[in-house]
Amino acid sequence: MGSSALVLFFIVGVFFIVIATSIAALFAPRSSNPQKLDPWECGIKPSGNAWIQFKIGYYLFAIIYLIFDVEVVFLVPWAVVMKKMGTVAFVEALIFLVILGIGLLYAWNKKALKWE
Amino acid sequence: MYDFSKITGAIHNWLSSIMPDLGVIITEWVLIGVVFLAFFALLGLILVYAERRIAGFFQFRLGPNRVGPFGMFQTVADTVKLLLKELVGTKEADSFLYNLAPYFLIIAALMSMAVIPYGFNLVAYDVNIGLFFMMAVSSIGVIGILLAGWSSNNKYSMIGAIRSSAIIISYELSLGLSSVLAMVLLAGTLNMNEIVMSQQAGWWLFRGHIPAIIAFIVFIITGTAETNRVPFDLTEAESELGAGFHAEYSGIKFAFFFLAEFVNMFIISAIAVTVFLGGWLPIHIPFWDGFNGIMDYIPGPIWFMIKTSIVIFILMWFRWTFPRLRIDQVLTLEWKYLLPISLVNLILMAFVVMMGWVF
Repeated sequence: MGSSALVLFFIVGVFFIVIATSIAALFAPRSSNPQKLDPWECGIKPSGNAWIQFKIGYYLFAIIYLIFDVEVVFLVPWAVVMKKMGTVAFVEALIFLVILGIGLLYAWNKKALKWE
Repeated sequence: MYDFSKITGAIHNWLSSIMPDLGVIITEWVLIGVVFLAFFALLGLILVYAERRIAGFFQFRLGPNRVGPFGMFQTVADTVKLLLKELVGTKEADSFLYNLAPYFLIIAALMSMAVIPYGFNLVAYDVNIGLFFMMAVSSIGVIGILLAGWSSNNKYSMIGAIRSSAIIISYELSLGLSSVLAMVLLAGTLNMNEIVMSQQAGWWLFRGHIPAIIAFIVFIITGTAETNRVPFDLTEAESELGAGFHAEYSGIKFAFFFLAEFVNMFIISAIAVTVFLGGWLPIHIPFWDGFNGIMDYIPGPIWFMIKTSIVIFILMWFRWTFPRLRIDQVLTLEWKYLLPISLVNLILMAFVVMMGWVF
C-alpha cells in the first residue's frame, strides 16, 4: 500500500473509538448527581480551578529540547548517507555535534538543567 | 525465507478476477483495517494478561487464575466490564478536548504499527523513511496525554500530564539520537524492511561493536521512559497522583489510554527488535549449518513475535526491579547522563562506520 495507508489507519482509529464509545453509551447505566461530576480530589471537595500556572522549570527544558530536536532532524539525512560519503561526512558531523555539545555544556554551566 | 508478497499478491489477483478495481481497493482496505484492528485489540488483551501474570510470578503469587484456563480470559472479562461501565466525566472539563484526547493516542499507536515489518514483505505501509515516520508519529501520542491531563481540570491530571510531556520529549532525544540514528549509520537506510535485510550476516547488536551495545542499553532505558512505565511512571504514579493524566476518565475511555500504553510498549519493543535484533530473521549461529537450516523453516512473523516478547518481558521485569524516580532525578538522568553519552556514542559509531570496522 502507498501513502493511502495513512488515511486508512486514521479511519480505523476513529472507527475503533467511535464504535467502542457508542457501545458504552448504549449499554452502560446512567445515573447522575452533582457530587459525581466533581473533579476527583482525594474524596474531598475540590478547591479552585486546576488551570493554573505551573512550574517554570518544565518550560526551560522544553526550550532546550527544541534545539536538540531540530538537531536530530538535521542528523537523520546525514546518518543515511554517512556510509557512502565517508570522511567528509564524519568531519562535518563532528563539527556540528561539537558545537551542540558546547551548547549543552553552556546550558549545564548556566544551571538550566538544575531542578529547583 | 517466506515471501509474504506471494500470499498478498495471490489475494490481490484473486480479488481482481472477481470484482472491478474499485471493489478490490475497498475490499483490501477493509481487510487490512480489520486485521490491524483485531491485532491491535488482541495485543492489548494479551499484554495486559501477561503483565498481570508476570507481576504475579515476580511477587510469588499466582496472578489472575479464575476466568478460563490459567485465567486467560481475565482480560476479556475486564474488557466487557469496562465496556458496560458508566462513563463518568466531570462538569468542569473542557468536554471537546476531553473527548478528543484518546483519538491522538490510539491513532498514533495504530499508525506506528503500520510501518513495522512483521515478516518478509509483510508490512502495511512500506515507506522509505519508515523509522523516521515511526519516531514522528509515536511522538504525537504525547499531545493526547497533554490534552487529557489539561482538559480534565483536575490537579492530579494536570501535574501528571506536564510531567509526562517533560519526560517524553526529553527522552525522545536519546531515543532518536543515540540509539536509532547510530543504527541507521550502520544500515544506511531508514526503510524498516531494508534495515532487517541488512542484518542477514548478523544482528547489528553484535556486529556494531561496543557503540551498538551502548545504543541498545540507552534505547531500552529511553524506551521504558517513552512508554511511561516504572521506573519513569511519574505520569500516573499511583501513590502520589492517583492515576495521573487519566484520573478523570472512566469505563471504556480509560481503557483507550490503557490499551495505547500497552501497544506503545509493543511498538518500542518492535523497534528494538527491528533495529538491533534482526527483526523477523531467524537466529543463526556461525558454522552450525544444520541448526541454521532448521531455524530457517520457522516463519518470520513467529521469530518477530518471539524476539518482541523477550524485549517486552525485559520491560516488565524493570517494573518489579527498580523503584520510581523523582522528576528531578528523571530529568538529570536524561540531560546529564544519557544525552552526553548519546552524543559521544554517535560520534564513536560514525568513526566505526567510517573506518569500516563492521564485521
